[in-house]
Amino acid sequence: MIENIFRSIPSFWPEITMSLTFVVAMVVELITGRKGRTSTGMITGAFVLAGFIITMLQLPFQSPEPRMLFGTMYVVDPFALFFKYLILATGIVIIVFSMQSRELRDQDTVGEFFCFIAAMTFGMMLMTGASNLLMIYLSIELVSLTSYILAGFSKTRHRSGEAALKYVLFGAAASGIMLYGISLLYGLTGVLDIYTIQAGLAAGVFVHGATEFWPLLIAVIMILAGFGYKISAVPFHFWTPDVYEGAPITMTAFLAVASKAAGFAIMIRFFYVTFYDSLIDVGKWVSLPHIEWNLLIAILSVLTMTLGNLVAIWQDNLKRMLAYSSIAHAGYILMGVVVMTDLGIASILMYFMIYFFMNLGAFFVVMAVADRIGSEHIDDYRGLGKRAPVIGVGLSIFLVSLTGLPPLAGFIGKWMLFSAVIEAQYVWLAVIGVINSAISLYYYARVFRNMYLREPLDGDTSPISFRPFVIVITILFIVPNIVFGLYFGPLISFAQQSVRMFMP
Amino acid sequence: MQFPILTLITFLPVLGMIIVLLLPKDRIRAIQATAVAVTGVQVVLAILLWMAFDSAKTGINEVASMQFVERLPWIVIPATPWIGEIRIEYFLGIDGLSLPMVLLTALISFLATFSSFSIKKSVKGYYAMFLLLVTGMMGVFVALDMFLFYVFWEVMLLPMYFLIGIWGGPRREYAAIKFFLYTLAGSVLLLLVMIGLYFSTIDPDSGLHTFSMIAMMDPANVTHGIFATIGSTARMLAFVALFIGFAIKVPIFPFHTWLPDAHVEAPTAISVILAGVLLKMGAYGLLRISFPIFPEMTLYFQMPMMVLGFINIVYGALCAMAQTDFKKLIAYSSVSHMGYVLLGMAALNVQGMTGAVFQMFNHGTITAMLFLLVGVLYDRAHTRGLNEFGGVYNKMPVYSFLTVIAFFAAIGLPSMSGFISEAFVFLGAFQTSKLWTILSTLGIVLGAGYMLWTFQRVFMGTLPEKWEGVLTDVNGRELFTLVPLALIIIVLGVYPMPALNWMTTSLGHLVEFVNSSAIPVVFSAF
Repeated sequence: MIENIFRSIPSFWPEITMSLTFVVAMVVELITGRKGRTSTGMITGAFVLAGFIITMLQLPFQSPEPRMLFGTMYVVDPFALFFKYLILATGIVIIVFSMQSRELRDQDTVGEFFCFIAAMTFGMMLMTGASNLLMIYLSIELVSLTSYILAGFSKTRHRSGEAALKYVLFGAAASGIMLYGISLLYGLTGVLDIYTIQAGLAAGVFVHGATEFWPLLIAVIMILAGFGYKISAVPFHFWTPDVYEGAPITMTAFLAVASKAAGFAIMIRFFYVTFYDSLIDVGKWVSLPHIEWNLLIAILSVLTMTLGNLVAIWQDNLKRMLAYSSIAHAGYILMGVVVMTDLGIASILMYFMIYFFMNLGAFFVVMAVADRIGSEHIDDYRGLGKRAPVIGVGLSIFLVSLTGLPPLAGFIGKWMLFSAVIEAQYVWLAVIGVINSAISLYYYARVFRNMYLREPLDGDTSPISFRPFVIVITILFIVPNIVFGLYFGPLISFAQQSVRMFMP
Repeated sequence: MQFPILTLITFLPVLGMIIVLLLPKDRIRAIQATAVAVTGVQVVLAILLWMAFDSAKTGINEVASMQFVERLPWIVIPATPWIGEIRIEYFLGIDGLSLPMVLLTALISFLATFSSFSIKKSVKGYYAMFLLLVTGMMGVFVALDMFLFYVFWEVMLLPMYFLIGIWGGPRREYAAIKFFLYTLAGSVLLLLVMIGLYFSTIDPDSGLHTFSMIAMMDPANVTHGIFATIGSTARMLAFVALFIGFAIKVPIFPFHTWLPDAHVEAPTAISVILAGVLLKMGAYGLLRISFPIFPEMTLYFQMPMMVLGFINIVYGALCAMAQTDFKKLIAYSSVSHMGYVLLGMAALNVQGMTGAVFQMFNHGTITAMLFLLVGVLYDRAHTRGLNEFGGVYNKMPVYSFLTVIAFFAAIGLPSMSGFISEAFVFLGAFQTSKLWTILSTLGIVLGAGYMLWTFQRVFMGTLPEKWEGVLTDVNGRELFTLVPLALIIIVLGVYPMPALNWMTTSLGHLVEFVNSSAIPVVFSAF
């Protein structure tokens, strides 16, 4: 046992570094932090940023071959590695954004914000590789608890507190349900690691007849509820708009990209490993006969994208609109989960890479504009395209990319997803997906309609200047959105190589 | 490797766009000059293409007889043990079907550049969008890889949205978003069919799935996935989906409602582009993709398509007759004229098909001219109300003379190009369905009705006093855009052989190909 742990540690360095980052950052914050002096928080921020970069640099050395660590607790494989890259990259971007965000800079506790980002990232890294029901639960809880704090971070803002409270209540309920599901599954099978459960289910050891079929069904639905809450799938999405609107915008972006990615990672691994047997029939979850699991997830996907898109149409607050849009995108990504083929998972990974560029870009511009003109309301974007050309063009490109129009990267993501869905012959799902894409155009177009087609309400057409930093970051996000739209071979290659999961 | 003339003609406008974006925004002359130079070179290149074009080669479904082919791997993703190799090609080429469209696109874009000189608001943004639009249009007509086709097809949406939305008339926002949503809804259907076809088709050379439209046309390659069974319901639905996608663009009743709005609100040059080139993309898509890839469904839906053609002709004409807005009238006349295209296509014989493609070309020149003419009047009077004018002939004789040419061409008077194409369409359609052809000739009568009535209302009678001194005859720039079109219309009306020569071989082959795969439609389970 001890020997196993010792042998596991060399493959666990990135995670260890991240947890050390959290601890060191807390100490730094204690030493340097002074009440009423916001600048000290930046020192902590710099430490956390360094920790992230060091962690990221270690990732290439993490076991390239799929391995199981610490008994059955944790696996490292290309699939997990992919999400760790994504999460850490998002983290780095978010830290840089947060250091610039006026909303956060004005708070004297901003140093703690960075500490918690590190803790949350540690939790998300664990989520990508957790292979034991306990580990799954603990990693999700670690992420949830830190994100409750971060969501309510703007203490002076009324909405922020409300958001955090809603988040806590909803999160507690969801994780309670999930824990109940986990305990049912444990009661049925007597084991905690998902690989043993899979082997047992495939061999028919645990499920003998109808008496155990129903508890298994209920257990899985309950666990699904827990994951659904993490990726904000309808009907577990109710917390999302309020939290996204109330939380500091950098936190919102972090939730919308990294936390969602981690949620999908753990969900895919859990379902892929536990109930799915690729040897027998592609796309069928053989360990759960009698139940159309694909159909259940498909319905979840349809509900998620349709509701997200339809409600987004009515939003006048851009942050809230992006919140609903991110719900819709979770719906698109769920289409890949429905398919669960290698192409399906590759397309999910692909989508996340592109989602990273387009969504963070959009959030960044909204943040920059909110910092500058103090509003996230769509009416205040009137005429912005002419008053701030780079910002206007940038936001338009990000939104068009989110819509999924060529030649921008967003199209490639959608194309891959639809390809996977059609290849698996879920044509009806693809039809609903593309109709949703067309609907989404309407509310994304509302933004650039306001920016370009309309004059400002107060008639002020003087140019709005943004700091060079803002312009540079915006351009840095524009470039991949265009380049990867025209030349996406390497991205797909990377996604395909990252599909591989640990299988005993 | 031969000179990549198609790449040049397609991407030159993007180069122009970059130059325009780099120029300072008050250098209006330089920006306009760039646009003129770029589109001018395009015209030259198009003429070179025409000169070097070998009209004896068939094209359509044979790679070997495609001309000016450029074929390079674009995206190659090496295989992994769990997912096969993916290959998307940069595959361009033209045949007798695309050559007229390439010529038309180059010509209309060039003329529209001049017509755009009257744009005063953010000129830099306008030309940047305009040039991007030109690339999208040209690309659609030269792409032979479906993925590439789709990318070009969508590239032109956003510039069009902004061109209507920023530089358009009072209801521009509504018109722009309506155009955008309609066409996007159509093109996502195209996307689905495209993906389905990809998984169904194997390239015989490489053994991989392919987006090559030419490979998709050979049933021997379509052996996998949902479209493998000829005559299956999946193929039927795919055909319908494609048809709707393209019908929105043509536009075919009942998907035409975006068109009058877009046309009325768009600035003159953009109306010219819309009518001259954009509408052709839909019809071109039908001929390039729907017909040869789903030939059995084409035969199956032959009659419904003819009926839709008839509805377009008559309904469009009736709507045109009811308009009091000059531009809206022309817009509806477009609907009517594109009905001839559909009727001719659906006839599925050489005469009908040739007539349809020739009509596409002619409609491009005639309607472009009509919109330019409306623009001339609007620039002076700032209204397009038909009933507000009268007696314009006396004030603007040259203008009125050119209008007469355009109107007569639109009516289909002999010695004008429109006559030849409509005659061919009817000749072809009559062999297929006497009933619908005879009913469709009603369109000619109605066409003469609304055109002559319009002429009477605007040009005859007495000039209302408020237009005294306002209406001046066409200036040099306007003449420069109008006269070439008038010449083309007349020359091709008198001697249409050069134009017909381009297309007959290819279209004959297309017709033969579609008819030869007459496999009875058997509805299998989906």
